[in-house]
Amino acid sequence: MNFAVLQFPASNCDQDAVHAVRLLGHSARLVWHKDASLGDTDCVIVPGGFSYGDYLRCGAIARFSPVMQAVKQFADNGGLVLGICNGFQVLTEAGLLPGALIRNRDLQFHCENIFLKTATNDSPFTSQIPAGKILRVPIAHGEGCYFADEETLAKLKTNNQILWQYCDATGNLTDPANPNGALQNIAGICNEKRNVAGLMPHPERACEPLLGSDDGKWIFESIFAALKNKTVAAAA
Amino acid sequence: MKAKIIITPKKAVLDPQGITVKTALEHMGYTGVTGVHIGKYIEIDLAPGTDKAAASKALNEAAHKLLSNPVIEDYRLEIE
Repeated sequence: MNFAVLQFPASNCDQDAVHAVRLLGHSARLVWHKDASLGDTDCVIVPGGFSYGDYLRCGAIARFSPVMQAVKQFADNGGLVLGICNGFQVLTEAGLLPGALIRNRDLQFHCENIFLKTATNDSPFTSQIPAGKILRVPIAHGEGCYFADEETLAKLKTNNQILWQYCDATGNLTDPANPNGALQNIAGICNEKRNVAGLMPHPERACEPLLGSDDGKWIFESIFAALKNKTVAAAA
Repeated sequence: MKAKIIITPKKAVLDPQGITVKTALEHMGYTGVTGVHIGKYIEIDLAPGTDKAAASKALNEAAHKLLSNPVIEDYRLEIE
């Protein structure tokens, strides 16, 4: 499978994402933000960082870059897009995902390991995560507090669009386990069509035991499985 | 000519900066403060003689698309 990892000025998790995909046995390459085409791509990763210095609002400027027009088209055609951290912020600013990410409730930048509960296996980003498995992955953000108005939040729930929630080590969705004040402990969501997802935690930084956890690989394994099914379906 | 755009967080959105500053004001002894909301102020210079109505239309569009995020923010536009 071919992964396109976007690279904006001040992206800083782009190489980590490329490394994780290659480590797990697939090919990945960087696509510069000024490129208007994604080339031969099965999945797009919008990586973490501080694109365009986070000027104005996180992700606000990046959404207007030429490559994001290509990503929009790719997503409209059903292509898989995963936004990680700043990439999640970019996707909400671009209107590809509902809601917004605002300043952490304690105004602090949080760089730590957290626990994630997978709310549904019914998505290309979560299908392979073992039932009941609590993922231990790092976060590193100052503006990761998920916000959406009541109407949007109700829609997310009805459509099963909440993919991951912050929890404690045993899987309880408690307030102390919520690092940033996100509504409903939301760490990641997908769109209505379920082909675009975003999350604040960094699965790409937790794909090998050397880094303290390889729980993040389950999210990538889910994407690989979804792409494989798609290829099989296309060939049939 | 100048356009001024004042951006504030929507009332339903948690504003931890506003809450922290309100607490600080209370600690300093300023009484009667019932709320603090922290936003952004953007000043845009316009060429002299710019048509006010056209500028207002364009800037409202820009404020909606880029300068503010309608999901979490409100804005007010003034042209003078």
